[in-house]
Amino acid sequence: MDKTIKGKAFVVGNDIDTDQIIPAEHLVYSLDDPEERRFYGRYSLSGVPEKESGLPHGGIPFTAPDKFKSEFKVIIGGKNFGCGSSREHAPFSLMEAGAEAVVATGYARIFYRNAVDGGFIIPYESHDDLIGNISTGDEVEIDGELNIIKNLTTGKSYPLKKLGDVIDIVEAGGIFKYAAKHGMI
Amino acid sequence: MTLTEKILAKASGRTRVDAGETVWVNVDILMTHDVCGPPTIGIFKREFGEDARVWDKNKVVIIPDHYIFTNDKYANRNIDILRAFAADQDLPHYYDVGTERYKGVCHVAMPEEGFTRPGDVLFGTDSHTCTAGAFGQFATGIGNTDAGFILGTGKLWVKVPETMKFIFEGEIPPYIMAKDLILQIIGDIGVDGATYRAMEFAGDGVMRMDMEGRMTLTNMVIEGGGKNGVIEPDEVTFDYVRQRTDYDFTPLYNDPNPKYHSVRRYKSADLQPMVAKPHSPDNKATVTEVRGTRLTRAYIGSCTGGKITDFEAAAKILKDHQVGVETYVVPATTLVREQLKTTYYDGETLWNIFEQAGAHMGEASCAACLGGPSDTFGRLQSEEICISTTNRNFPGRMGSKKAQVYLASPYTVAASAITGKITDPREYLPVEEDISAGGAS
Repeated sequence: MDKTIKGKAFVVGNDIDTDQIIPAEHLVYSLDDPEERRFYGRYSLSGVPEKESGLPHGGIPFTAPDKFKSEFKVIIGGKNFGCGSSREHAPFSLMEAGAEAVVATGYARIFYRNAVDGGFIIPYESHDDLIGNISTGDEVEIDGELNIIKNLTTGKSYPLKKLGDVIDIVEAGGIFKYAAKHGMI
Repeated sequence: MTLTEKILAKASGRTRVDAGETVWVNVDILMTHDVCGPPTIGIFKREFGEDARVWDKNKVVIIPDHYIFTNDKYANRNIDILRAFAADQDLPHYYDVGTERYKGVCHVAMPEEGFTRPGDVLFGTDSHTCTAGAFGQFATGIGNTDAGFILGTGKLWVKVPETMKFIFEGEIPPYIMAKDLILQIIGDIGVDGATYRAMEFAGDGVMRMDMEGRMTLTNMVIEGGGKNGVIEPDEVTFDYVRQRTDYDFTPLYNDPNPKYHSVRRYKSADLQPMVAKPHSPDNKATVTEVRGTRLTRAYIGSCTGGKITDFEAAAKILKDHQVGVETYVVPATTLVREQLKTTYYDGETLWNIFEQAGAHMGEASCAACLGGPSDTFGRLQSEEICISTTNRNFPGRMGSKKAQVYLASPYTVAASAITGKITDPREYLPVEEDISAGGAS
């Protein structure tokens, strides 16, 4: 994985479920229609309780009101990120908002699988809990080859786990591209 | 091999698979609904072409259930997309809204229609697809992309999970329901305690349950992070399935002494009525610990708490009582709704018992379990404090981020609906139940 992702971090807590990532009432929009799909970006992470939205202080919306794109490119979470429903709209909404990666200590499996197979965002796992080490708005850089995330604001680096089994699908850009590459479809 | 490993070995054409391996399996049934069906269809068409045909029309089941009784134009458009696709692909297993075929909640309709079969592999675009594991099936939730892939190929990759086994020894006391067991387990292991793993339920406490009780256990495997839940099939399973389909299934079982990730044992007699406090299914407390907590709403419904046996339990408590808070009754399926009118407790239909108690009676669907559009029946709109038989109490799950949701068994929800406070169902269960409860402890 030679990809480098650089941008502002948005920090949330543990057990961020898919109802917080994209509340169920918004699941009605088309994911294909270019006008409608933008709403997934607008409402991405809008279900996170206000005091936990943009740690350490909270009160920061991931996507500013009336905007369709977020200023944040990397989401930092704790354990069990993406738990709850199987809605693929969740990783899709993060991508639609402009995010490229999530870094969390662990994922719920359906979210992880959806992120990878859909080619929406890259779900990195960190060894350490980064919630206290990175603040919302910090500039971070993920080095996909060395498997580290650097906090450019503080100058500190943290190791990431290798993507493992799914790296081929991530590099291909999703399950369809992977399957086509391997002559399966 | 464990039961889960054996199903995946069979589905991948292998004699043996080991936990941790990634295998490609042949899919027996793909299920989808109105929220995830339209984007799945979009992906299928994008990847396989506008004129592509599904891999096997007899193996595709489409059950609209989420946003049905709403004026939301986008939600209604999703039904139109499903209807057009089913017609275009000539799908025999589409259950259209507004027709006699309409069912309601997919995870309860699937067994009713005979799609939950021992030894088979079921994928569904809904995380509670794991419910079907109660039938000795491998069943798990997936996203739209994976479902689109299956629509075209009939295959999907899975990592073979390790199995955590939960054994309940001895008869379950009469004031305890399957929901109490699974809330206890999730509270013990946490909402990520079974991530990537299978959860197997066993022991005579489980095997004496009917299929609906077993489904309540496997339904909430996902709330522990599990990939699938599973129960070895037995005569109870076979009777249920054979009454609903003549499909020729092959039941599979654990080998003697397979390798488990872990085995946890519970003494059934020690179990207590449980709740999950806001805002997480693993935030457990016994009813005794939170007794008296003020409520403003009660809700009985969903795939996990809207089956006929759930309503039989609630009716047993609500008979000849009035609810003290707004109470919503939502049958999972149209069949369950019909059964409410034909099932009697103490000389009265369940429907009449609920109506006379002052409950609001809803149409079969997912309704307020997941909030939904703002006009959804029973949806929490503000600072309600709700006790519910559903399976999730995440912030905002039932519609309002300001609301608080307690999860509990139909017994506990019904008793609490009467008093407007969290209440121990033993205070309201008929006397003969108390006597047998005494005998079990």
